[in-house]
Amino acid sequence: HSTDFEVHRNWLAITHSLPISQWYYEATSEWTLDYPPFFAWFEYILSHVAKYFDQEMLNVHNLNYSSSRTLLFQRFSVIFMDVLFVYAVRECCKCIDGKKVGKELTEKPKFILSVLLLWNFGLLIVDHIHFQYNGFLFGLMLLSIARLFQKRHMEGAFLFAVLLHFKHIYLYVAPAYGVYLLRSYCFTANKPDGSIRWKSFSFVRLISLGLVVFLVSALSLGPFLALNQLPQVFSRLFPFKRGLCHAYWAPNFWALYNALDKVLSVIGLKLKFLDPNNIPKASMTSGLVQQFQHTVLPSVTPLATLICTLIAILSLVLSPRLECGSAISAHRNLCLPWSSDSPPSASRVPGIQPSIFCLWFKPQGPRGFLRCLTLCALSSFMFGWHVHEKAILLAILPMSLLSVGKAGDASIFLILTTTGHYSLFPLLFTAPELPIKILLMLLFTIYSISSLKTLFRKEKPLFNWMETFYLLGLGPLEVCCEFVFPFTSWKVKYPFIPLLLTSVYCAVGITYAWFKLYVSVLIDPPIGKTKKQ
Amino acid sequence: MEKWHLMAIVVLIGLTVRWTVSLNSYSGAGKPPMFGDYEAQRHWQEITFNLPVKQWYFNSSDNNLQYWGLDYPPLTAYHSLLCAYVAKFINPDWIALHTSRGYESQAHKLFMRTTVLIADLLIYIPAVVLYCCCLKEISTKKKIANALCILLYPGLILIDYGHFQNIYNSVSLGFALWGVLGVSCDCDLLGSLAFCLAINYKQMELYHALPFFCFLLGKCFKKGLRGKGFVLLVKLACIVVASFVLCWLPFFTEREQTLQVLRRLFPVDRGLFEDKVANIWCSFNVFLKIKDILPRHIQLIMSFCFTFLSLLPACIKLILQPSSKGFKFTLVSCALSFFLFSFQVHEKSILLVSLPVCLVLSEIPFMSTWFLLVSTFSMLPLLLKDELLMPSVVTTMAFFIACVTSFSIFEKTSEEELQLKSFSISVRKYLPCFTFLSRIIQYLFLISVITMVLLTLMTVTLDPPQKLPDLFSVLVCFVSCLNFLFFLVYFNIIIMWDSKGGRNQKKIS
Repeated sequence: HSTDFEVHRNWLAITHSLPISQWYYEATSEWTLDYPPFFAWFEYILSHVAKYFDQEMLNVHNLNYSSSRTLLFQRFSVIFMDVLFVYAVRECCKCIDGKKVGKELTEKPKFILSVLLLWNFGLLIVDHIHFQYNGFLFGLMLLSIARLFQKRHMEGAFLFAVLLHFKHIYLYVAPAYGVYLLRSYCFTANKPDGSIRWKSFSFVRLISLGLVVFLVSALSLGPFLALNQLPQVFSRLFPFKRGLCHAYWAPNFWALYNALDKVLSVIGLKLKFLDPNNIPKASMTSGLVQQFQHTVLPSVTPLATLICTLIAILSLVLSPRLECGSAISAHRNLCLPWSSDSPPSASRVPGIQPSIFCLWFKPQGPRGFLRCLTLCALSSFMFGWHVHEKAILLAILPMSLLSVGKAGDASIFLILTTTGHYSLFPLLFTAPELPIKILLMLLFTIYSISSLKTLFRKEKPLFNWMETFYLLGLGPLEVCCEFVFPFTSWKVKYPFIPLLLTSVYCAVGITYAWFKLYVSVLIDPPIGKTKKQ
Repeated sequence: MEKWHLMAIVVLIGLTVRWTVSLNSYSGAGKPPMFGDYEAQRHWQEITFNLPVKQWYFNSSDNNLQYWGLDYPPLTAYHSLLCAYVAKFINPDWIALHTSRGYESQAHKLFMRTTVLIADLLIYIPAVVLYCCCLKEISTKKKIANALCILLYPGLILIDYGHFQNIYNSVSLGFALWGVLGVSCDCDLLGSLAFCLAINYKQMELYHALPFFCFLLGKCFKKGLRGKGFVLLVKLACIVVASFVLCWLPFFTEREQTLQVLRRLFPVDRGLFEDKVANIWCSFNVFLKIKDILPRHIQLIMSFCFTFLSLLPACIKLILQPSSKGFKFTLVSCALSFFLFSFQVHEKSILLVSLPVCLVLSEIPFMSTWFLLVSTFSMLPLLLKDELLMPSVVTTMAFFIACVTSFSIFEKTSEEELQLKSFSISVRKYLPCFTFLSRIIQYLFLISVITMVLLTLMTVTLDPPQKLPDLFSVLVCFVSCLNFLFFLVYFNIIIMWDSKGGRNQKKIS
């Protein structure tokens, strides 16, 4: 079983048997409580059910305790909490109208979307095989997105604030929420040309939004503030002591960076540019360690990743053409999502603008918000500090909503999910799990590709030859890594090679998808719409 | 969506469910000294690999027949030998003579499970897919839904992947299915070849032999015994004899060899029935201990007579009017007769009935689903013994939901859709008020399902009283047996009234 079983068992024990003041100080187990307070309360509630299953698992000192009843309880708690996820998916499916393609149920966008979300391979293996409680957290996120689509902004904001206090990784997408709510909710009207009507600013709305967020935060952090433990809580929540990359490199920009560094150092050694004595040993022998030291390229600090992320999200360097932004279509934000009857007026000018600015200057309603949210999640995955490969789900799930709307998005979605899901393979590493992950992955991939192809069969093919080639390459990669490699003599000498290959190969695909999404957000209007004119 | 994509998804779902079930425990795990069927399979690999062919079926110091001696036909032994070569390549300890007895490890479990999956993937699943594609008169969507339901049938999955049957059911049933496929697509020679392989893999396939024989004979008669029919008959005979000779070649060298194999295959002295099994004899045993009262040879004759009488009408009908549809129904009723009345039946033999029922799933979805549920339920004591409660419940639910959604079975309970139209018309000639048949069947279904659920709950939660430790498993067998008897009557009615309906319809049209 994965260590996450023990992590959550420990948290159950901590919240059950210790007073609140001890929650964030307790350190008997190495898996200390490092989620925000709402999650701790969630564990506290769970623990009151857990005691009817097995009292022993609630003992803090019972390290690595595992009984069949404990396992049963933990598995069932995840399944039970998925009810919220299912409800959120239902609400999301209500929000999209989609085009009416086929009469059959299985060809409707709603049906496809619900399968894409409910059968999501990544979520399935991370939650139900690897074990984590992502299902209901993503349920909260999808629900808040659905509420924004339904123009119930306050509810959406409230749900997102709650979500932030369940798991702080969702801070990645907070900028999108903030800007969108400010722009589309606090400003009640636009000028006819789409720019902001500054006078329409509604203080009442801003204050009520602020109040909601403040109250939720007070509820969550208040007790710890009163106990004067806030710094301790934050030090647990944001541990910067960990390395740039996780033990297994998440397939992001830094994986490529590290790989490049490695290649350069090998070349340097061969050509005698580098002195072998100066090279840190860890980087060449074990390959995948927590603290990765770069030999050729400069080492990366947390601050650098933060800046990169911010740049990716805000892209200040791209110097937004403000006047262009203000000339953009006025009616976009009044149009309902997915209705293609928006007047094409000034939207002919393709402006190059960063994502958040797009959201501000070219508000396209909730759909634009969703693109921005996906981009935020993906950008922070690309450049973040100590990113875990599971974080890719944060981009994949909202992207599913986009994928059934437009062919271009569908193509990006398919590349992103297929590579992203494949990069989760190392999570399940035991031999009995091997067939399961391959079968489930195939199941999801075949379904997503064939259903989206059917949905957009009248438009140009979803993949070009290069993308097809890349995606097909995942097959041989899997065969090499898990079927051929263990029988070669390199297994002992270079045990890290399969992980390295997987990580780098997937990083290429994800970077490509990120880039393509970025471009598609920046270049507006979509080409399809200009052609219509 | 393209059709082959959907079919691929269906097959993948089937495979996923199979592998997920196989992560569970198997029969006899960690239970020395005899262990279970899993150990039997491993032991056969050990025997076939280390001993010469001549000694496989004989008791010797190296081959203790009391300890899971080989009691299946040669093809099974060859399959074990093949697996043994792979095992030797991976880890010779797994099949070392004597020392490997009771060997258990995670890696070995994985290996054994993989052999099942591969055999299934090569033989059973292609047959199911092809069979569903060859079905006539239904839409492509229905064909795919049909394939999904057949692949999700929990009985086979649980026995092969959970319990670990000491003989790969998917292989023998897969060969039988290839046989059915060949025979009903008019490739009689290939069909009979496949079926011969099935018999040579597992002698229980003889349950299906009579319908095959009758159907092919009927075909020959239809073509005229003086002309083409005779040629076909000779060809078929040659194929059958040739395939048998090929399979049995090493054992035909000495007379004693052949006899010994036959003795191992048909262990008459093991009694009328062994464990709790949902057939007539075991259920009747509750009231009267036949097994102890009557001498063995009378038991043998009695069971033979009952079996023969119960399957006679359907077989005669098939010879006289060979049709592909009638063939499938006769397969069901013959296998069911064998299961209910014959000698030394194992509870897992119900799978031999379930296979042909799966084949008529698209024709009588309501009754087939019901039957398949009962058949899974009848193996409950066995599954509980292997700690397979959770997988059984989940797969059964999944199967039920798949059937309900893909065939909307509850809307298909009219007399016509139950294929009882002609029967009720002929009954109405004598009993004009006989109009409540379909409602009765619905009520029976409801009662049967409720009983099954209640019994399952009771078995799982309650402890049996001390005087009657087997109370629940006997109850399970008894209830299933009643259900099976009802199904036997039902299928025989369909067979006997079948062509009358056909003729009537032709007259109308």
